Amino acid sequence: MNAIAASMAGIVIRVNVQVGDAVQPGQDVVVLESMKMEIPVQAEAAGTVRAVNVKEGDFVNEGDVLVELEG
Amino acid sequence: MRKVLIANRGEIARRILRTCRARGVATVAVYSEADAGWPFVREADEAVLLGPPPVAQSYLNLEKIVAIAKETGADAIHPGYGFLSENPTFARRCREEGIAFIGPDPDVIAAMGDKVNARRTMQRAGVPVVPGTDEPLASVEAALGAAAAIGYPVMLKASAGGGGIGMQVCRTPEELKAAYGTATARAKAYFGCGDVFLEKYIDDPRHIEVQILADAHGNVVHLFERDCSVQRRHQKVIEETPSPFLTEEARQAICAAAVAAAKAVGYVGAGTVEFLVDADQNFYFLEMNTRLQVEHPITEETLGLDLVALQLDIAEGKPLPFTQEDVAARRKGHAIECRVYAEDPVTFLPAPGRIVAYEPPSGEGVRVDDGVEAGLTVTPYYDPMIAKLVVSGSTREEALARGRAALAAYRIEGLKHNIPFLQRVLESEPFVQGRYTTHLVQELQAQEQKGARQS
Repeated sequence: MNAIAASMAGIVIRVNVQVGDAVQPGQDVVVLESMKMEIPVQAEAAGTVRAVNVKEGDFVNEGDVLVELEG
Repeated sequence: MRKVLIANRGEIARRILRTCRARGVATVAVYSEADAGWPFVREADEAVLLGPPPVAQSYLNLEKIVAIAKETGADAIHPGYGFLSENPTFARRCREEGIAFIGPDPDVIAAMGDKVNARRTMQRAGVPVVPGTDEPLASVEAALGAAAAIGYPVMLKASAGGGGIGMQVCRTPEELKAAYGTATARAKAYFGCGDVFLEKYIDDPRHIEVQILADAHGNVVHLFERDCSVQRRHQKVIEETPSPFLTEEARQAICAAAVAAAKAVGYVGAGTVEFLVDADQNFYFLEMNTRLQVEHPITEETLGLDLVALQLDIAEGKPLPFTQEDVAARRKGHAIECRVYAEDPVTFLPAPGRIVAYEPPSGEGVRVDDGVEAGLTVTPYYDPMIAKLVVSGSTREEALARGRAALAAYRIEGLKHNIPFLQRVLESEPFVQGRYTTHLVQELQAQEQKGARQS
C-alpha cells in the first residue's frame, strides 16, 4: 500500500480522485489551502486509488494520510 | 473618538492598539477561536469572540463585527489591512450604523477596486498607466497595429486570465504573429473566451509606491516612496525607503503623480499609489490601495510620524498637521522592513506550527512589529506573516548592517521561518548595491540551484 500524506496542516479545497482511479507519479490528487496558498498534494508513484480519506472542507494535519493507493 | 473596534488580528491589531492606548482611546478586539490566546486579544480593553477559525465565519463576518461594535459602544472601526479593509459594503454598513470607518469613502474604495475603472480615472488625471489596448483585439492585423503604436516588447494577455496564466511576451512583430493564434486558441480552451489584449511589457521593473495622506479639508500630501521590488510569489518580502534606484527628479515626479491620483478620486485618509518603474525611470500606475499598508513602518521611521494616529485624526475631521514642505524637512535616514513569514525559506511554502521559542531582536534602530509569542500556534487559517523587522539608520549602509545583525539575533524555534532567506537577500550583491528589480528572488534561486549542481 502506498499512502499519500498531507505535507502541511491545511484545509482540503479539492479532491481530484475517487476510489478505482488510476494515478500517475506527479499527479495532483488533492489540493490543500494553507495560509492563503493552494498547495497541490501529488502521488509519488503510480497506482490505483484504494481509499480517499478526506473530503472538501476537511481540516488535515501534517502527516495525515489523504489517499491510499495499491498496485 | 472614544472607543475603537479593531477588525483585524495579529501584528496589525497590536499596532493599532498601541496608538489607541497612547491617545487614551478605548479598544475592542474581535477574535476567532484560533486566536483566543494571542497578545492582541489580551491587550485590548475588551475582547469579543467572533466565531470559528475560517475567515468567512470570523474576520470577514461583517454583520457580526458591526453588531459587536454597536453592543460595545465603539464609535469607530479600524480595519487594518487585508480582510475587510477594502470592502466598500463594510465601509457603507459602518456609516449606516453611525460608526466611523477609519478609511476612505465607500465609493472611493469601490472605484479603486475596479482595475479598469481605476486605470481610466488615472489616465484622465494625467497619471501615466501601462500603455495598452482597452478593448479586445479583433484580429492579428489589429494586434500588430496596436503593438507598433505601443512599442515592443509587448505582452499578449487573455482577458479572462489572471495570475500570470495566459500571458505571453512578444519582442518582435514575428513573435506576435506567431503568438496571436495560439494565445487566442488557448484563451478559448482555458477560459471559454478567446479575447486577448495587448499591454506594454516592462522588462526589468521596480515596484515603487507612494504613501499619501489626505484630510477632509482638501489637503493632500505625499510621504515619499517605498521600494517594494523584493517579492516572492508576487508578494512583497522586503521594502525600503528611500528607493535606492530613483533619481531625485524621478522621485519628485512619481510623488507628484501620486498626489494627483489621490486628488482625482477625492481621496480622504491614508492611501498608497503603486507604480511599476522601468529601467529608464518611466513610471506607470498599477493600483491604489485604500488602506494602511503592511510596510507603513518604514515611512514612519524616516519621517518620525505615527500613521495610525494620523488616520484617527483624519477620521475625526481634523486637518493635516503639516504641509508638504514640513514633511520634506522631517525626512531623514533610511529604513528597511523584512517580513518574517512562517514558511519554508527555500520553497516559500507555508509552514504553520507551534512557536516553541521566540526572542525578537532589539537595539538602536531596530523595531519589531509582531503579534506572536512563545507557546502560540501559527494556524493555517490566516496569512503566514508573523512579524515585521524594521531597521533604520542615518544611511542605507547603516540600516543594512543593523538589519543583518538583527536577523542574526532573531530567534524563532518550533516552526519553519524565512529568516535564512531574508539573510540571503540582505547579503546578495544586487540588494547591497541597490540595483535590483522584481526578478531578484528568482535570480537568487537560479544562482543557488546552479551552485548546488556544481558542488
